[in-house]
Amino acid sequence: MSDITQSNAPGQHYPPGEHPDLPPPPGTVGAIGWLRNNLFSSIPNTILTLLAIYFLVVSIPPVLDWVYFEADFEGASRTDCTSAGACWALIDVRLKQYLFGLYPSDELWRVYVAGLVLALAVLPVLFDKIPFRKILLVNTLLLPITGFYLLSGTGSGPDAWLTTVETPQWGGLLLTLVIGVTGIVASLPIGVALALGRRSNMPVVRAMCVTFIEFVRGVPLITILFMSSVMVPLFLPEGVNFDKLLRCLIGVSLFSAAYMAEVIRGGLQAIPKGQYEAASAMGLSFWKMMYLIILPQALRIVIPGIVNTFIGLFKDTSLVLIIGLFDLLGIAKTVITDANWIGLSHESYAFVAVIYWVFCFGMSRYSIWLEAKLHTGHKR
Amino acid sequence: MATQSIDGPKRGSLLSDQRTRAIVFQALAFFLVAVFFIYIGTNTARNLEALGISTGFGFLDSPAGYDVAMSLIPYTATDTHGRVFFVGLLNTLSVAVTGIIAATILGVILGVLRLSKNWLVSKLVYWYVEVVRNVPLLLQILFWYGVLLGLPRVRDAIPVFETMFLSNRGFYLPRPVPGDGIGLIIIAFFVAVIAIPIIARAARKRQEQTGQIFPVFWTSAALIIGLPALAAIVTGFPLTFDYPEKGGFNFKGGMVLRPEFVALWFSLSIYTAGFIAEIVRAGIQAVSHGQTEAAFSLGLKPNWTMRMIVLPQALRVIVPPLTSQYLNLTKNSSLAIAIGYPDLVSTFGGTSLNQTGQAIEIIMMTMLVYLTISLLISMLMNYYNKRIALVER
Amino acid sequence: MSDAVQRVSTPGVSDEVAIQIIGMHKWYGQFHVLKDINLTVRRGERIVVCGPSGSGKSTMIRCINRLEEHQQGQIIVDDIELTGNLKNIDAIRREVGMCFQHFNLFPHLTVLENCTLAPIWVRKVPKAQAEEIAMEFLNKVRIPEQAAKYPGQLSGGQQQRVAIARSLCMSPRIMLFDEPTSALDPEMIAEVLEVMVNLAETGMTMICVTHEMGFARKVADRVIFMDGGEIIEQNEPEEFFNNPQSERTQQFLSQILAH
Repeated sequence: MSDITQSNAPGQHYPPGEHPDLPPPPGTVGAIGWLRNNLFSSIPNTILTLLAIYFLVVSIPPVLDWVYFEADFEGASRTDCTSAGACWALIDVRLKQYLFGLYPSDELWRVYVAGLVLALAVLPVLFDKIPFRKILLVNTLLLPITGFYLLSGTGSGPDAWLTTVETPQWGGLLLTLVIGVTGIVASLPIGVALALGRRSNMPVVRAMCVTFIEFVRGVPLITILFMSSVMVPLFLPEGVNFDKLLRCLIGVSLFSAAYMAEVIRGGLQAIPKGQYEAASAMGLSFWKMMYLIILPQALRIVIPGIVNTFIGLFKDTSLVLIIGLFDLLGIAKTVITDANWIGLSHESYAFVAVIYWVFCFGMSRYSIWLEAKLHTGHKR
Repeated sequence: MATQSIDGPKRGSLLSDQRTRAIVFQALAFFLVAVFFIYIGTNTARNLEALGISTGFGFLDSPAGYDVAMSLIPYTATDTHGRVFFVGLLNTLSVAVTGIIAATILGVILGVLRLSKNWLVSKLVYWYVEVVRNVPLLLQILFWYGVLLGLPRVRDAIPVFETMFLSNRGFYLPRPVPGDGIGLIIIAFFVAVIAIPIIARAARKRQEQTGQIFPVFWTSAALIIGLPALAAIVTGFPLTFDYPEKGGFNFKGGMVLRPEFVALWFSLSIYTAGFIAEIVRAGIQAVSHGQTEAAFSLGLKPNWTMRMIVLPQALRVIVPPLTSQYLNLTKNSSLAIAIGYPDLVSTFGGTSLNQTGQAIEIIMMTMLVYLTISLLISMLMNYYNKRIALVER
Repeated sequence: MSDAVQRVSTPGVSDEVAIQIIGMHKWYGQFHVLKDINLTVRRGERIVVCGPSGSGKSTMIRCINRLEEHQQGQIIVDDIELTGNLKNIDAIRREVGMCFQHFNLFPHLTVLENCTLAPIWVRKVPKAQAEEIAMEFLNKVRIPEQAAKYPGQLSGGQQQRVAIARSLCMSPRIMLFDEPTSALDPEMIAEVLEVMVNLAETGMTMICVTHEMGFARKVADRVIFMDGGEIIEQNEPEEFFNNPQSERTQQFLSQILAH
């Protein structure tokens, strides 16, 4: 090989097969080349870049000033906020309500434990290469029971092991997570059942599933929540009444199950007929075939769709404020009606927006990561 | 246990026969659902009786007795609940239609910018999409409503170009007042609308015969702007504006866009635009690079390639999810209730329900409206999908 | 030795230069993909380019109609130099036809519409005439009966023949083939090669990137071997196959002829 430090001037010739790798001409790569290729490659492109820079210059400094440089972080009411920027004292003072609603302070340790249990339950579902996965999965399966008893308690009275905390006292991020997690956990199996029903050969079953799915997908969630809060009490025998939160949970779960069913049906349709035939040829029964062969493949194909449905569900939990539950957004809306903090809607909404965003963005990143992982797994 | 019958092939019990099993299973399912409905039906009848609520749609003819803040058709508090239904429906449709238009325009622009080779612009759009899609719509509506309510009072309204005023009671805009001769402008506009397909057809015929390409797009654009403009000049600009003027506690003249409408419309538009941008981006990217390369190698210019090769193929991918975004926007407009925009759900489904107690009828009617819209659009969509399906082996 | 290109004027090859590439370099980022390419193609000449995958052969012919941009050196096609000038690029693309490995037919247009699109919108040919020309070329590639069908209804071999007809409808003076048979089943390769041989007999200037050595022996005036982004060796087919000069060429040929 000839010396690379030799001149790389154009016109320099080498014997065939011995041409060294030369660095590209200056200005096509590196910082300058990158700028030229990505920001200033043509006149329209340059104009776009300048417009974008102008937009950033105009919009970013005032936002930063409001959020941080001219903001107040401490105080007991809005009158303590004297600067021109945001009044974050509100968040500081009311943080407990944003997170837990009216959950009694003495019992908050139960929420922390429940949070820990939830985190440990989610981990083995998200990542398949973590230590003690089997044990953690047992915890995951028990989550509905442990979560329920931890949060709502085992009974009232002084000798009860965990004092009952009525659901109207639940609120804030806690309530949002309860509704979101329940919805996610319940909608997946119901969605699978509905999707299988819709693809079934039995006309009656198929008709019922199609009617349910299309009905639910055709109406706004808010009408379903109204139904659960106004109509369901009429459906029940006199004297029987069940918890508002529970009714709302059923509504939200059924709603997202219908969407989930359509996502899963897409996956089922993408499985080639040969897979069904091969499984039948092996002598597998219908349920074994579904459980062992078809569903694992179908669900894997539609993971992005499933996560998108989860994200939609998580965002939709905010609608429960309309029927009078105090979820994260409900708290944000209520806190600013307090005379001490009235008019601080920007601060309150911006704060909860960040929380929602972190959860939803996290889920979408996870889905992209997982998709990439499964994809490479496929190609080997 | 080898005492199976020796007189012929094994039949198995009746229950393990596939067909019998299916029939039994379906009958059972049907029976359970029927029992469920009968159960809640009888409960409901008993409960309604106990509450003294009569069923039926008679309430639609009784006076509503409350005011609605915005109505496209004449309405007073003495009008019936039936009329409230239409007032609410029209308000829902008006915010949905204007929202769809705005979301489409913004979404398409953002989707194309996202694909731009300009790194900065592409990243900006990316973050826009990631922010609006990952924050609940209801939160965005409440936030923007809060921003609008934070505007100055009417007394200190912010003037824009000295003709428009922004205040916490709404946006006060000039109202167009048609004068004599406005008819001619409208006629000119419709003449242009009718002329365009005729010109397009003539241009195509000429191209087929002589090969000459006629700039149909630019001619159409010139016609649709030029003809009404010409008519306006001839008639001496018969359109005047009624400008809002400050008068004490309120504005006189002009027209007003209520903050409820603006907040709802704006949030629905920017939220849905985020989704549409992603759909447009994915649709254009779904057309393989080889298609543009083949078109380029045939000598087609980039704009023709876009029009004749990329767009027709991208639209097949874009249109179905786009329609479902339109449906979502329409359904999401029901969040109006959170800020008191008088749409179908907040007037008829909210106030009327509270006043009459006819929960079942009212919720069913409301749901039926949305269901009808959904079913109509999905029927159209199925028709479209069948028509454009690529022919394959 | 390999630089000494032996040019024997085969019948049909004129002295007029169709394509001239002088000292062309191309980089993808930091990666030097094409190194000092020098190539002169005469009108009517048939050139086969071969070499291991990743050797830059596709990239080289894609530079000729500017599907890829080169960063150094010159490419002159029909006396027009390829630069950023859009007029020049359009002019060259009108004269240079190209067939791709994956056909790239337009799936939303019928076979006939695929063939008439560019003549109508680029050459401004009346529709009836464009269809007449298209049918003529579809006849030449022996699938006139498929004119009303959509590409998705055809076999791979049929699709590639349509793609060739589509390019020919623009009456190009030069044809580029980018591995036209490597996405095809063996029984379909023959039908496409046959069409290409017929095209060669009409005196078309052709550059084919292909591993079909039978085709190269039959029609090529020159075979070019590329490796590592360089032209290693070029020669008449007989010489090239019987007496390869460089070690890399020998190795490549032994691999490709082994099976």
